[in-house]
Amino acid sequence: MNIQQDQSLIFEISKEGRVGYSLPELDIPEIDINELVPSQFQRKIDAELPEVSELQIVRHYTALSRRNHGVDSGFYPLGSCTMKYNPKINEDVARFPGFAHIHPYQPESTLQGALELMYKLQNSLAEITGMDAVTLQPAAGAHGEWTGLMMIRAFHEANGDTQRTKVIVPDSAHGTNPASATVAGFDSITVRSNEKGLVDLEHLREVVGEDTAALMLTNPNTLGLFEEQIVEMASIVHEAGGKLYYDGANSNAILGITRPGDMGFDVVHLNLHKTFTTPHGGGGPGSGPVGVKEELVPFLPKPMVVKDGNTYRFDYDIPQSIGRVKPYYGNFGINVRAYTYIRTMGPVGLRKVSEFAVLNANYMFRRLEPFYDAPYTQHCKHEFVLSGRRQKKLGVRTLDIAKRLLDFGYHPPTIYFPLNVEECLMIEPTETESKETLDEFIDAMIQIAKEVEENPEIVQEAPHNTVIDRLDETTAARKPILRYTTEA
Amino acid sequence: MKFRYLPMTEQDQKEMMDTIGIDHIDELFADIPKEVRFKEDLNIEEALDETRLVKEMQRLAGKNLNLKEVTSFLGAGVYEHYIPTVVNHMLLRSEFYTAYTPYQPEISQGELQAIFEFQTMISELTGMDIANSSMYDGPTALAEAAMMSAGHTKKKTILVSKTVHPESRAVLKSNAKGQNLTVVEIDEKDGVTDLDHLSEQYGDDTACVVVQYPNFFGNIEDLSAIESIAHKGKGLFVVSSNPLSLGLLQPPGKFGADVVVGDVQPFGIPTQLGGPHCGYFAVTNKLMRKVPGRLVGQTKDQTGKRGFVLTLQAREQHIRREKATSNICSNQALNALGASIAMSALGKTGVKDIANQNIQKAHYAKEELRKHGVEVVYSAPTFNEFVIRLSRPIKEINEELLAKNILGGYDLSRDYSDKENMMLVAVTELRTKEEIDEFASVLGGVK
Repeated sequence: MNIQQDQSLIFEISKEGRVGYSLPELDIPEIDINELVPSQFQRKIDAELPEVSELQIVRHYTALSRRNHGVDSGFYPLGSCTMKYNPKINEDVARFPGFAHIHPYQPESTLQGALELMYKLQNSLAEITGMDAVTLQPAAGAHGEWTGLMMIRAFHEANGDTQRTKVIVPDSAHGTNPASATVAGFDSITVRSNEKGLVDLEHLREVVGEDTAALMLTNPNTLGLFEEQIVEMASIVHEAGGKLYYDGANSNAILGITRPGDMGFDVVHLNLHKTFTTPHGGGGPGSGPVGVKEELVPFLPKPMVVKDGNTYRFDYDIPQSIGRVKPYYGNFGINVRAYTYIRTMGPVGLRKVSEFAVLNANYMFRRLEPFYDAPYTQHCKHEFVLSGRRQKKLGVRTLDIAKRLLDFGYHPPTIYFPLNVEECLMIEPTETESKETLDEFIDAMIQIAKEVEENPEIVQEAPHNTVIDRLDETTAARKPILRYTTEA
Repeated sequence: MKFRYLPMTEQDQKEMMDTIGIDHIDELFADIPKEVRFKEDLNIEEALDETRLVKEMQRLAGKNLNLKEVTSFLGAGVYEHYIPTVVNHMLLRSEFYTAYTPYQPEISQGELQAIFEFQTMISELTGMDIANSSMYDGPTALAEAAMMSAGHTKKKTILVSKTVHPESRAVLKSNAKGQNLTVVEIDEKDGVTDLDHLSEQYGDDTACVVVQYPNFFGNIEDLSAIESIAHKGKGLFVVSSNPLSLGLLQPPGKFGADVVVGDVQPFGIPTQLGGPHCGYFAVTNKLMRKVPGRLVGQTKDQTGKRGFVLTLQAREQHIRREKATSNICSNQALNALGASIAMSALGKTGVKDIANQNIQKAHYAKEELRKHGVEVVYSAPTFNEFVIRLSRPIKEINEELLAKNILGGYDLSRDYSDKENMMLVAVTELRTKEEIDEFASVLGGVK
């Protein structure tokens, strides 16, 4: 593959007079713009957008795409991100004109198909999570966390429990958990993990109290381990008057096997862009539906989709609602893809998804365990962590191992997260990868472990065959250049 | 039933279980307490084969009226515009859409460069120093701008004009509750922000003044006059703006805005029931380190080659956790890419051309409606939307229009109790003279 080593910015190939668009001539008499818009509101200097032909656009973005690695390019075992296959049919369906070109303010009578889809998706997700109702409004996982916490806050306030200002978060939690707690007006407290990688129950008992609003938990947690004392944890938090929040980032491990609602959780968010195959898109858009138990139903954001007889409609009559969290009705186009996937798999298929996701992770774990340190040795769920401690003693950091994997054509695992594991590598294979792919990746990891012992420079100096070497991130942050300018 | 996304054969499974040292997959779930294990099948619809699946999804899609089979005058924040064919073709390059956030820059240069170009285009259009890589949508971007203003100024009151999109104000209020901020709505006068009321409400505790340009009624706000009030004290000046209008309108940056937000949906993003769209967030240099979300910066590798990385990450949740500037993680990268491709296709001349066509066509529609005796309510200059008054409820009239295969404008009585019988009409470059003439003549008949 001949990837051009230096890729021009689209502004650098611009030439005055070229266009990449086609608009009709005005079919009405053109009025002097000065009669329509007073001079002080008219733009004086043109926006410097590029002037390029259609083929130049195609070449430019094709070249950029070749400088990018996606799931379709190769294995992507990025822990906690569930980089599974994004089915093509989902992309086709979301582009049906009846889904892509509909307006949020059309009369409901002209949106019955969209409403039916949303209604069925709400119900399917409620069944999958064991919840009583689901809102599709939140745009992403973090947005769902904030939405769920705002509902918990409204619930406590409605009970006069205004002293509940603390959200408890495990030390292994995603960064969004404490950040969402702050945005929802809570203080976060950290609860420690024990030597088995699970929440330390003694410490949990110490930190819960009359000021506890909620415990946020990912289960399986970010170490890929199931919090086996979940029932006891739930009762500790509930007895103190708090609520249990389920971060659904890792729900790929539990579909049809166990449900957050049955474990005692009161609020759940799902990342449809993880578990339900909607593409990550290079960072988004995602979708973060939130499910709640009965007690929290009155606080759901507006509107919900309801069914009256044979027709569907938006219900705005939710007097205690936390309000709107998103304009219109959530990331509908993403929700269409997730619903298409659920209909592809059905109840049996979804259970198999989790079984194979967990089988794949355990297989890789056991094969890699002799070559890297395993801080926790019990069976994992859909992902597992290794530590590069042994390699670090030989002068090779986990970052170097990650960069060396690039030379083999892989996206590296998540590194240096969770924060409580030294030189952490967090690996999530997903269920859509074949055994051959897993074996090839395992072989590469074993080879790198040997290189660390025999020829560490090759790892320390990696990558060797990417379009660019390691970049100077320090200067990027100290003297930020965040846009192109002709003077630069 | 076999599942085409699951490649493990019986033989594979057996070999893998042997390696793990188990006889059955269930053993891997032995740590889940029995009382919380789910024993039956999920009560969801059965799986469909690919052919039946397509049929079922076509059935659902077919029950919706799509904008391609009707003449639409509906906008109110979501617009049907010309989308160059090339946009969708490039978005289907799966190296883009199947990638995660570009955390590994060596194999993500394509996405990173595309975002850097997006940031540049947004800075250019808005007249601001810098822009981030995207937000969920315009309204949440506006709410984040208000939160950022409160954090930056350490003040607690947000002044927002009633001429700002009602859903933006609703989202702002939900967010403000979380941060214990007060939102004060500034009255509207003659379809624009009431400057006297704004001036009265402005005080020591004002974190920011938020207006929309063009505003929800399509009217062009006097940003110069608003700026002088917004900057009376320490408050920031936040402007929400339709970026397509900025092809022709003086950008908010030139009026002294500190933050400009909005949605790039008009550039290449289908309406799709209101989401996913794509928010943008642009600021002056002095607010660079307060910005929510991801930023891409230019740098060099060891050999001096230009490259791009995610930068200033010390602001973000995965580093700062509870002290982050925002909890945002996923954004709308793919839609930012789509908008970049559309903006590249339109380019420097196209963006002016399309903005001009919107102004011209909306003006023509206004004049035609007037000729048919329909009242155009406000006299302020407009972009591609304006308000008309009819003699009956808009909901009723829209039903009559629909019978003639016309999707009427937005019913303002939904949000404004003083706007009974008022319709917000959107006219984009897609509407032809014949379509506008028919619309005017039908409304002339029902006025």
